[in-house]
Amino acid sequence: MNDEKKLILLVDDDVDYLFQLETMVKNLGFNVMTAESQMEAEKVLETTKPDLSIIDLMMEQEDSGFILAYRARKKYPDMPIIIASAATAETGYNFDLYTDNNKNWIKADLYLEKGIRSDQLHREINKLLKI
Amino acid sequence: MATLHILVVDDEPGIRAGINRILHNYIVSYPFMDEDIDFNLIDAATGEEAIDILNTAPIDIVLLDNKLPGMDGIEVLEYINQQQFDLAVMMITSYASLDLALDATKSGAYNFMPKPFTSQELRSNIDNVSKHLFLKRMTRKMQAEGKQIRFQFLSVLSHELKSPINAIEGYLKMMQERQMGDLINDYDRMIDRSLARLNGMRNLIMDLLDLTKMESGKKERKLREINLQTIAQTAMDTMEPYSIQKNVTMKLHTDGNTYLLADADEMEIIFNNLVSNAVKYNKENGLVDIYLKDKNNSLEITISDTGIGMSQQDVELIFKDFVRIKNSKTKAITGSGLGLSITKKMIDQYNGTIDVQSQLDVGTSFVVSLPRH
Repeated sequence: MNDEKKLILLVDDDVDYLFQLETMVKNLGFNVMTAESQMEAEKVLETTKPDLSIIDLMMEQEDSGFILAYRARKKYPDMPIIIASAATAETGYNFDLYTDNNKNWIKADLYLEKGIRSDQLHREINKLLKI
Repeated sequence: MATLHILVVDDEPGIRAGINRILHNYIVSYPFMDEDIDFNLIDAATGEEAIDILNTAPIDIVLLDNKLPGMDGIEVLEYINQQQFDLAVMMITSYASLDLALDATKSGAYNFMPKPFTSQELRSNIDNVSKHLFLKRMTRKMQAEGKQIRFQFLSVLSHELKSPINAIEGYLKMMQERQMGDLINDYDRMIDRSLARLNGMRNLIMDLLDLTKMESGKKERKLREINLQTIAQTAMDTMEPYSIQKNVTMKLHTDGNTYLLADADEMEIIFNNLVSNAVKYNKENGLVDIYLKDKNNSLEITISDTGIGMSQQDVELIFKDFVRIKNSKTKAITGSGLGLSITKKMIDQYNGTIDVQSQLDVGTSFVVSLPRH
């Protein structure tokens, strides 16, 4: 195991949620970078390769998260991506990563509903980082 | 090129051949349609045969003779109505019997055509029925899209309502778990942000109420001569606490008769939205100028600010539901994204217009023109 702390990029246009997630992920012992939009995140990704990214779905557009995930995967094929959103229940957007069809077009390793508990998130991050 | 499928139902082979000859290579075009229409003809000699075809092939138009050997035209028409096929029926009658024609149109036939007919008559009837079909389908499509727009509105709305709940819940959990320690002061930021998000939610709900009242059309409109100067002054008073914080100066200028036949509540919504934007998106020590100008047949309201301004790209978006211009300068400003869309809808109800002129970092002017009736 590396001694270096892993770097996690958090992208969300809700500054409050971003702050809370940042606090949570820092407390789990990771280094954190944040971006408040798809555009800002793309700029970060130009120069930095995080070990993992957690991306909100609805930002500038309702599908900004998917687009960002797609571009991030193209640039860093081995960086795990988590898409987090409060979208499913109320929008009728229904997707998961369990069908091959969805896996094909949603370039993420995991889809998480917002409001996840810290220990759950820790487990999922560790799984994806193979810690 | 789009193709409409015409089913010709007539027991006389001569008529079927004649119709085929006339409509073969015939093309219909209208200025409002994207593409021209040509026709594919299918024949049936009996009503029974016609029904078999209707059940298996996509048919757009039926040219239907009434006098058929087995079941007659009206019976075929009844079957078509029962099955609710998406098509138009034109009856062909051997002699123009008014009773039959009336029967047929009552049962849903688009129109009827007396036999014998000239090729010109047939073509002009086909013109009409194609146009009718096109419009009917277009209307239905637009209604379906209207529902789609409604659905999008609701899904964005629920997202807008759920985000602050999540944010506040998150802060409360952090406090519950004492994540910042035991000192209440260390939670000040979280408390402030929670209150700000609650406030945003309250504003969104107020805006939604405005919107609902307007869209349901149920709100009683009380039209009377009101002085917009008073309304403008009220809007300024409402914004004053906020303008003092930013040291923004608001000034009202009037020129001529400022009375208008209007609903006071609705005028308040218009002024509140525009004046509050002019203050919210202003700079420290900025100015807001409100002009009411009598133009005889209309009243012109101009609300100018010396604020952050918008790009042309942004200006095109601002009247849509839930649109908020997101950039570093607007980050700290809360809003529901509904204010201007409501304002625009309100102005539309008065057959008025709203125009925007904006320059980044210089300011924005909204010019509203409300006609006098």
